[in-house]
Amino acid sequence: MDQVPILKIGQTLFVSIQIDLQDDSVIRLQEDLAEELTATGARGVIIDITGVEIVDSFIGRMLSTIGSISRLFDAETVIVGMRPAVAITLTELGLSLNGVRTALNAEKGLEILNGKSRLNG
Amino acid sequence: MDELPIRSGDDVVRVRQQVRTTAAENGLSLVDQTKLVTAASELARNTLVHGGGGTARVEVVKSPTGRTGVKLRFTDEGPGIADIGLALTDGWSSGTGLGLGLSGSRRLVDEFELSSQPGAGTSVVVVKWSR
Repeated sequence: MDQVPILKIGQTLFVSIQIDLQDDSVIRLQEDLAEELTATGARGVIIDITGVEIVDSFIGRMLSTIGSISRLFDAETVIVGMRPAVAITLTELGLSLNGVRTALNAEKGLEILNGKSRLNG
Repeated sequence: MDELPIRSGDDVVRVRQQVRTTAAENGLSLVDQTKLVTAASELARNTLVHGGGGTARVEVVKSPTGRTGVKLRFTDEGPGIADIGLALTDGWSSGTGLGLGLSGSRRLVDEFELSSQPGAGTSVVVVKWSR
């Protein structure tokens, strides 16, 4: 099972998924992120899925769950870099990513998170 | 034609990769490849989780009008599905999932055939045609 690395940059945790996701790896990522959020007190999570070729219902549900868990630690989750073919497929599959925001790329994702901290700060 | 075992999460990933390669080699567009691979992922997971493991068969088929398609067959010898109509309903789930696996994957492909009987396993055949 592959592990997805988590980087902390300022108040944000940054995850870039570059592997063909197996179910166990996604569950592991969810647990690792919860640990990191409590350990660091980060206020935001950016998950880059540029390298992800498909998001099926299981992976989609896990991304939503990560969003819900992050919220319990007062952190916002933004999914960035979704491929057009993945977006079309997700919609047809009938899946909506509740609990997470999406942005075109990491830069726009950071803007969303920074906007949030300004609002709260 | 390739027949692949589905016994673990790694096998599900291998099925996805094989479907991707076959779809790309046979002229499916990137969006159609993604739809087929996503459907394959849902169905392979069903085979593993609900069917207790099984096999996936990947083959290239030709339509009477000369179009090329990729046909996938997922077979397990698990408990089977008692009510197929119900199982194909959006939001219906036997437990752990979102209830989009079967109904969602049916929307992603051009042909979808599910046969199952309680105690006699389940087989799902799907086809995606090149445009």
